[in-house]
Amino acid sequence: MENNLLSIVLFMPAFAALILAVFLRGEDEAAQRNAKWLALITTTVTFVMSIFVYLEFDPSNTGFQMIDEAEWLLGLSYRVGVDGISILFVMLTTFMMPLVIAASWDVKIRVKEYMIAFLVLETLMIGVFVSLDLILFYLFFEASLIPMFLIIGIWGGANRIYASFKFFLYTFFGSVLMLVAMVAMIADAGTTCIGGCPVSLLTHQFGSESFSLMGFQVVGGVQTLMFLAFFASFAVKMPMWPVHTWLPDAHVQAPTAGSVVLAAILLKMGGYGFLRFSLPMFPVGAEVVGPLILWLSAIAIVYTSLVALVQDDMKKLIAYSSVAHMGFVTMGIFSTNQQGLDGAIFQMISHGFISGALFLAVGVIYDRMHTREIDAYGGLVNRMPVYAMIFMLFTMANVGLPGTSGFVGEFLTLLAVFQVNTWVAAVAATGVILSAAYALWLYRRVVMGDLIKESLKSIGDMTAREKWIFAPLVVMTLLLGVYPALILDVTGPSVAALVAQYDTAVAAADAAMQTALTSN
Amino acid sequence: MTQDIMQILPEILLAGFAIVALMAGAYGGQDKIAQPILWVTSAVMVALALLVASGSGPAVEAFGGMFINDGFARFAKVVILLSAACVLMMSESYMQRRGLLRFEYPILVALSVVGMMMMVSAGDLMALYMGLELQSLALYVIAALRRDSVKSTEAGLKYFVLGALSSGLLLYGASLIYGYAGTTLFSGIITTVQAGETSLGMLFGIVFLISGMAFKISAVPFHMWTPDVYEGAPTPITAFFATAPKVAAMALFARVLHDAFGNAVSDWQQIIALLSVLSMFLGAIAAIGQTNIKRLMAFSSIAHMGYALMGLAAGTAFGVQAMLVYMAIYVTMNVGIFSFILLMEKDGAPVVEISALNMYSKNHPGRALALMVLMFSLAGVPPFLGFFGKLYVWRAALDAGLVWLVVASAVASAIGAYYYLRIVFFMYFGEDRADALDRSRSTVLSGFLMASAVIMVVGIINMFGVEGVAATAAATLVQ
Repeated sequence: MENNLLSIVLFMPAFAALILAVFLRGEDEAAQRNAKWLALITTTVTFVMSIFVYLEFDPSNTGFQMIDEAEWLLGLSYRVGVDGISILFVMLTTFMMPLVIAASWDVKIRVKEYMIAFLVLETLMIGVFVSLDLILFYLFFEASLIPMFLIIGIWGGANRIYASFKFFLYTFFGSVLMLVAMVAMIADAGTTCIGGCPVSLLTHQFGSESFSLMGFQVVGGVQTLMFLAFFASFAVKMPMWPVHTWLPDAHVQAPTAGSVVLAAILLKMGGYGFLRFSLPMFPVGAEVVGPLILWLSAIAIVYTSLVALVQDDMKKLIAYSSVAHMGFVTMGIFSTNQQGLDGAIFQMISHGFISGALFLAVGVIYDRMHTREIDAYGGLVNRMPVYAMIFMLFTMANVGLPGTSGFVGEFLTLLAVFQVNTWVAAVAATGVILSAAYALWLYRRVVMGDLIKESLKSIGDMTAREKWIFAPLVVMTLLLGVYPALILDVTGPSVAALVAQYDTAVAAADAAMQTALTSN
Repeated sequence: MTQDIMQILPEILLAGFAIVALMAGAYGGQDKIAQPILWVTSAVMVALALLVASGSGPAVEAFGGMFINDGFARFAKVVILLSAACVLMMSESYMQRRGLLRFEYPILVALSVVGMMMMVSAGDLMALYMGLELQSLALYVIAALRRDSVKSTEAGLKYFVLGALSSGLLLYGASLIYGYAGTTLFSGIITTVQAGETSLGMLFGIVFLISGMAFKISAVPFHMWTPDVYEGAPTPITAFFATAPKVAAMALFARVLHDAFGNAVSDWQQIIALLSVLSMFLGAIAAIGQTNIKRLMAFSSIAHMGYALMGLAAGTAFGVQAMLVYMAIYVTMNVGIFSFILLMEKDGAPVVEISALNMYSKNHPGRALALMVLMFSLAGVPPFLGFFGKLYVWRAALDAGLVWLVVASAVASAIGAYYYLRIVFFMYFGEDRADALDRSRSTVLSGFLMASAVIMVVGIINMFGVEGVAATAAATLVQ
C-alpha cells in the first residue's frame, strides 16, 4: 500500500480528467459548476495525499524512497520515487494546482476542456518530478507541452496562436536533441533506470576522454556532448538567455492560470533537469561548460532586468523578471557547491510562490479592467486597499527583501557563486538592485498615487475567493522567509551527496587527464 | 509438391477468391453486387490474416527456394491483410455514394494484396519481380478508377509511367546481380556477396535494385509521384496507397537487403541512410506549405518512410524489428487519419482543404480529440505510440553507430511537428465560421478513427504484444 502512494498522487488528476471527459455532458451552468468542483476537489485531495508523501519521507536518507515499479515495453520500466531534491517540486506542484483551479473560477468558454487540460497537466508535471526511468521522464517532460499548447491556444489572448506555436516548437526542438542523447545514454549504460536500482544512470560513469571531432578537440568527450544536448532542452525550458524569447510571448498570451502554472511549475522542470541529470550524470561536461553558463546567467540577470524596466505590459514585465530570477537558479546550480544547489532549489520553490502570486495579482485587476497596460492603472490603493497590501508583499518578495522567501534564495546563490567566480557574483548582485528598480516602479505606477482615471473609479477590491487564493501564498512566502530550514533540511542531505559525487567524479577525471599527460 | 502448396496456401486462397468474385461480378449482376463482394473480400482478408497469424515454426522454403514462409513474412502479411481489409471497409460508403463502387474495385485490391504477399515471401529475384508487378499493375488501375476525373486519370497515368521506369531500374539491377552472382536465388546470392569484396558490377546491381524499391516506398529522390497520386486518386484509394503497399515494399526491402546482401551491410548501409535522411527532411519541409490534407499526408508518408528506413539502415535484427514496429504503428495511424479525411464532407461533397477544419472541435469534440491524438502521435510527441516508434528506430540506428543520422532525424522531426500542429491549430484555435463541415454519421469511419486514437494511447502500456512478435519475426530474417 505504502509503495503505491506516489502512483496514486501521480494518476489521481488524470483519472479525474478521464471521468470528466467521459461522463460529463453538456455546456450548461450546472455542468460547468460540476467540472469546476470536481477539478478543485481532486487537486485538493491530491495535495492532501502529497502531504502524506511528505510525512513519510525521510530526509536523512539520500537515496530514492517510496519507489513503485512495474515492467514496461522496450526493456523500459515504470519507476517512480522521490528523493530530497524532487519531493519539494512535487509538493510545489500539488500545492499550486488547487489555487490555479480556484483562480479559474470565472472561465466561461469550454470549462470542461479547460479543467481536463489542467488536470492532465498536473499529472504530467508530477510525473516529471517523480520519474525514475529515463524514457518515462522524457514522456512526461514532452507531453506536458500538449496541454500547455492548448491552454495558451484556446483560452489565450489576442495573439495566442503565434505564442502557442512558438512555445511548442521552441521547447520541442530543444527536447528532441535531449532525446537523442538519452538514446545514446541507454546504449552506453545499458539501462534506463535513473536511480535506486543496482545498475543506474546516476552511478554509471559516462566516458570523459577527450577526442577530436571534425578537427575540433572535444574536451570532456562524450559527457560534454551529452551535457550540451540536455542543456539545449533545459536551457530553453528554464529559460536562459538567449533562448528565453518564447517565455514573454507565452506568458502574455496565456490565461492567468496558464501563466501561473508556467511560471510556478513548468519553468522548474529545467532547473530540476539540471539537478537530476546534467550535474550528477555528466560532471565532467558540467565542469567544462559550467563557467560559460555562469556568465550566461549573469548576463541574463542584468539584461532581462533592464528589459523588464522598459515594459509597458504588466505580464511581460513579470515574465522578464522570471527570466532574471531563473538566472540566479542556473548560477547557483553551476557553482556546484552546497550553498549554490540549496540556494537554487530554494529560489525555485520560492519563485514558484512569488511569481505565481504576481501573475494572480495581475489577473485580479485584468479580470476587472481587461487590460494589462501599466498606463491604464494608477492609484489603485484608494479603491483596493487589501489588494495593494498583498501586491506590496509580493513585490517586495520579488525584490528579495529579507524576511521574505525571495531573499534566501538570492543570498545563497550569490554566496555560492562568490566562492567560484567573484566577477560573476559582482555582476549578478547588480541584478538585485535592478529588480528593486523595476518592481517598485511597477508598483508605484499601478498602485500608488491619486486615482485619476475615470475608468478605475468604480473598481472593487478583492473578493473573498480571491483573498483565499492569496492567503496560502502569503503564508508560505513569509514562513519560508523567516524559517528557511523548512526547505533546506529536506534538501540538505541529498544535495550534500550530489556535491560529493560531483567533486569525486571531477577529481577522478582530472587525475586521469594528468596521468594521460605524464604518460605521453 | 503438396508441402510447397501448403506454404503458399493463403496466397492461393486469396487469388482463387479473386477469380471467383470476378466471375460472379461479370456474370452475376455487375456493379449491383459490388457491395457484397466488398464485404466478403474484407472478411476473407481478415480470415486469412488469422490463418497466417496462427502459423508458426521456423523458416520453410518452398518451390526450390523461390518462396519463403517465415516469421518475418507472416508478420508483414498480417499487417498487409488487416490494413487492406480496414481500407476496404472504410471506402464502402464513400465509393457507394459517388457511384465509384464497381465490382472490380475490391477484386483489384485483393489481387494487389496477393502481389504484396508474394513480395514479402520472395526468395528469388524473379519471384520478387512477379509479386511486385502483380501488386503494381492492380494499383495503377485503381489509381485511375474515377475515369471521368482528369486528376484521377492523371494520377493513374503518372503512377504507371514512373512505376514502369522504376520496374525497369529494378530489372536492370536484377540482371546485373544475376550476371555477377550466377543465380537469382537470394540464398545463392548471399554466398557470393561478401562485405568489402563486392565487385563493381554487383554494386551497381544493388544500387539499381534499391532505386527500384525506393520508388515503391516513395523515398526521396524517388518520391515525385507521391503527392500527385495521393491528391488525384479517390480518397479511399489514397488511404490504400498509404498503408498496405508501403508495408509490403518496406518488408521486401528488408527481405532483399538481409536475405541476399546480409553479408555486405557496409556496402548498402550508406545508401539507405542517405535515402532516409533525404526523405525525412523533404517530408518535413515540403509539407509545411500544403493546404490540401491529402498532399500533406503524402509528404507525411514520405517523412515516415524515412524514419522506417533508419531501422533498415542499422542493418541489424533489432533494426528490422524497429522497422516492423514502426510500420505497424504507422499503418494504424494512417487508417485513423484517412477515416477522418473520409469523414470530411460539406453538403455531401468531399473536402480536402485543411482550412475547412476551422473550429471543428466545437461541433465534433470527440472526433477532434481523436484526430489531435493522431496528429501528435504522427509528430512523435510522447506519450503517444508514434513516439515509441521513433524511439525504436533511433535506438536501432544508434546501436549501429549512425549518430549523425539520428541527430538529423531529430532535427527533421522538430521541423515536421509544425504542420501536424497546424491541423490541431485549425481545429481548436481557429475562428468560428458558419460553413462548418457536415455532421456525417458514419459509424464505420468514426469507429476506425476512435479505435486508432485509442490504440495510440492505450498501446503504450504493452503495445498489444506486437513488440515480441516483431522481435521473433526479425530474428528469423537476420541470423
